[in-house]
Order: sequence, then C-alpha cells, then structure tokens
Amino acid sequence: MSWLFDFWRSSIGGKVTMAVTGVLLFGFVVAHLLGNLQLLAGPDAINAYAKWLHDRGALLWVARGGLLVVFLLHVATAVRLSRANKQARPVPYASEATVQATFASRSMVFSGLTLLVFVVYHLLHFTFGVTNPGDFARKGNGAGGFDVHAMVTHSFSVPAIAVVYAAAQIVLFLHLRHGLRSFAQTLGLCHRRYTPIVERLATVLAALIAAGNAFLALSVLAGIVKVAQ
Amino acid sequence: MKVTLHIWRQSKKSTKADFAQDGKMVAYELEHVSADMSFLEMLDVLNEQLTKKGEDPVAFDHDCREGVCGSCGVVIDGVPHGPERGTTTCQLHMRSFRDGASIYVEPWRAAAFPVLKDLVVDRSAFDRVVQSGAFVSVNTGAPQDANAIPVPKADADRAFDAATCIGCGACVAACKNASAMLFVGAKVSHFLHLPQGRVEREQRARRLVAAMDAEGFGNCTNQYECEAVCPKEIPVRVIAEMNREFVRSKLVEEPPSTKRVGGDG
Repeated sequence: MSWLFDFWRSSIGGKVTMAVTGVLLFGFVVAHLLGNLQLLAGPDAINAYAKWLHDRGALLWVARGGLLVVFLLHVATAVRLSRANKQARPVPYASEATVQATFASRSMVFSGLTLLVFVVYHLLHFTFGVTNPGDFARKGNGAGGFDVHAMVTHSFSVPAIAVVYAAAQIVLFLHLRHGLRSFAQTLGLCHRRYTPIVERLATVLAALIAAGNAFLALSVLAGIVKVAQ
Repeated sequence: MKVTLHIWRQSKKSTKADFAQDGKMVAYELEHVSADMSFLEMLDVLNEQLTKKGEDPVAFDHDCREGVCGSCGVVIDGVPHGPERGTTTCQLHMRSFRDGASIYVEPWRAAAFPVLKDLVVDRSAFDRVVQSGAFVSVNTGAPQDANAIPVPKADADRAFDAATCIGCGACVAACKNASAMLFVGAKVSHFLHLPQGRVEREQRARRLVAAMDAEGFGNCTNQYECEAVCPKEIPVRVIAEMNREFVRSKLVEEPPSTKRVGGDG
C-alpha cells in the first residue's frame, strides 16, 4: 500500500485527494439538504424519515464511518497542503496584488476552518444534543424514534441559533463554489466549451445548497414552519 | 516624468531560514524619466546615478531585452512583470505608469528561488526539473526528414502553446502558494501532443512531478494568477493536462518485476 501513500504525499496526489473527498462531501451535503427539506412536509414526514434512517442499522454505521474517513482525509490533506504552501513562500511581498483569483479561492482555508468549527457545533447541537436549549434534546416521540421535528423547530425558534446556521451558509457557498470549480480542473478536465459550463454550474449548485439550508434555518422565524407543541 | 521607486536591496545570498531579514525595501526618487523608456532602461538610469554617487547599483537579471529569453523579471507593485498582460519586464514601458507614481520593485518570492542579490534570484530549481524529464530521449545523428512523422496542425498548435514557455518563473512568483505547476504543466503539455514525446509520457509525468515536489514549490489551488502574469500567456489547461498525465502514469505504473510473478517471463 506504500504506493498509495506515496501518491497521497505527492503534490498532485494531494490535490486529487482534495477533489475526490470534496465531491463526496458535496454529495453528502446534497442528500442532507434533500432529507431536511421534508421539514416543510410536517412533523410526520421528517420524523418518519429520521426513523427510516435509524432503522438502517449496520448500514447507517458503515455510511457514518465512511463519511468520517472522507471528512478526516479532506481535512488532513488540506492541512498538509496548506502548510507546504506557506513554507513555499516564507517571505511575503511588501506590495501584494491579486489579478484574477476569486475571493472564494483566496479564502478556502478560512472558509474550511469556519466550516469545521460549524460542523462540530452542528453535531454537538443535533446529533449529540449537548448544546440544545430546553429539555427537548433527544426526546422520544413516543413511537420509538426521535422527535426531530421538535428538536429542529425549537432550536430555530431561537434567533441566535437560526442566524448562526444561516450565516454559516454564506461560508459554505464560498467553499463549495471554489471546490466544485476546482474539482474538474484537478482531475484534468479543462476545455474551452465545458469549463465555462462547469464554472457556472458550480456557482449555481453552491448557491442552491446554501439557499436551501438558509431557508430551512430561517423558516421557523419566518413563520413558514410551526414550532412543535 | 518622476517616479518614486521602492526596491528590495539585499547584499548577500539568502540563507534558507528567515530570509526576510537578509534585505529591506529602500526608496529612490528618480526624475526626468522618459515615458518611452523600458522599465529596465529606467533601472539603468537609476544605476548610473547610484554608481556616480559611489553606491552599489541595483542588481537585476536581463539578457535579450526583446521578451524572448526569460532572464528578466521582477515583481512590480505585486504583479510579476508589471501591469501589462502578456509582457516581460524588459518590454514594459514607463508609459504604463502615471507621473509621480510610487512603484514597488521586488524579486520573485519563493523558497525554491533564493534571492542571490537585490532583484536576482536563483532559478536553477527550474533547470533541475527540466533535467529530470522535459526532453525526448533519442539518439542524436543525421536529422530525419522533417515530414517523416506527420503532426496534425491542431496538435502542433497545442504543443507550441506550451513550448512558448521561456522559463522566467513569473508563474511561481505570482502564485499565492509559490507553485510551479504552470511551468511543469507546460513541459508536460509541450511533449504530450507530439508523437515523439508520447513514447515516454508516463515516466516523464512521474519524474517531472517528483522533481518539482523535491524543490519545495507549493501546490496549485486553481486561482490562475500564473496564467494572468505569464508573458507568453500559457493557459492553465496545461496544469489540467499535467494532473491527468500524472494520475494516468500512476495508474498504469507496475511494481518492479519479481521472478515467476506477472506475465513478463
């Protein structure tokens, strides 16, 4: 397996790792949003979906394990590459200038670290129930499953929580926008016809994901989704 | 016109560790600058004045002053080769600056390009990358007939897009990560589209990337600053081609043969 480690250690191997793990994480974010949109269909829909997920048993743990490996690989590779990039220019320019690099591309380390902090908070909030306000954390719905609808609606009725979630989506938009554009280039697709399409598609997909998540985060405050009794 | 120059002055070669302390930015006022002077001619005028005053003239690399050799190159106001696109420093003229401008002049900044003196950097890292595989291994001898190997025009054009690289190092200087991937990508692409070069494509991709990594260049984050400053306007397509070639070369690479294993006798 040393050949695989050597590939990861190389500059391009590291880039490819970022692209492949990045696109897998994007796939998760899409599925996550599609699942959560069932919040709009009422308590029964989202709670039934949560129960269905939990009933997958071993399969769910395999998926969670895989997701964790992909996530850790993405972070570890980013740390390695960013450190190497910093070491490659030990002395900065007295006069810095940027010609055509986008803001999103220049803030990948910042947006990545912000998302890392957000993901930890998000897990503590909904998965581990550590930061839930009130006593609804991990409360059963009487049918053997968690009352996800109550957890979500109670949380997002607190303005501070809803705003933090919505604000995180701006960072997610920037990160996904540059990540999705880079994915094709890193894996070797650069074409006069397709690259402009990929770049536009990256912006649209990143905006859809961020807007969808932000909409859900603000839906309770906006009165679109009613707080569970 | 009159300009104020802020120039990096450094008298001795950078040592690897903390070379920010090896030099400093020094300001010079320069009057009676003609708008028709090239940037390097303007530096020549400054150096004449410095020499007359008994001061050390500013060291900078230059050779052909026609934009084809790749020797010259300084970072001007944060942009390698200055504000004009597709232009080397020697082909940049003072008419690109306004009268009374403050101009910052710095050497290429990269760990792989240590500063030798003032604005001169050691670019032999590029030479070592080229020596690792940016060539075609053929026996020299009587030249072949030029048309013995037909090359379609579109392929020749793609190869030539990359072959226009003059190895100035502006891509490294512009990259936020001091990555050399536009340069190395150009070497890969240069040979990839030609039948003579395709024979050794796998080992070339592996060797060039290994040599590039060994020199301590950074990693591409797809910001395309390199493409914006390249005096030959080499497209970032060559980086995508290098990525593709490297991954392909790694996929087809077989471990060294051991007896009675594998099918090669």
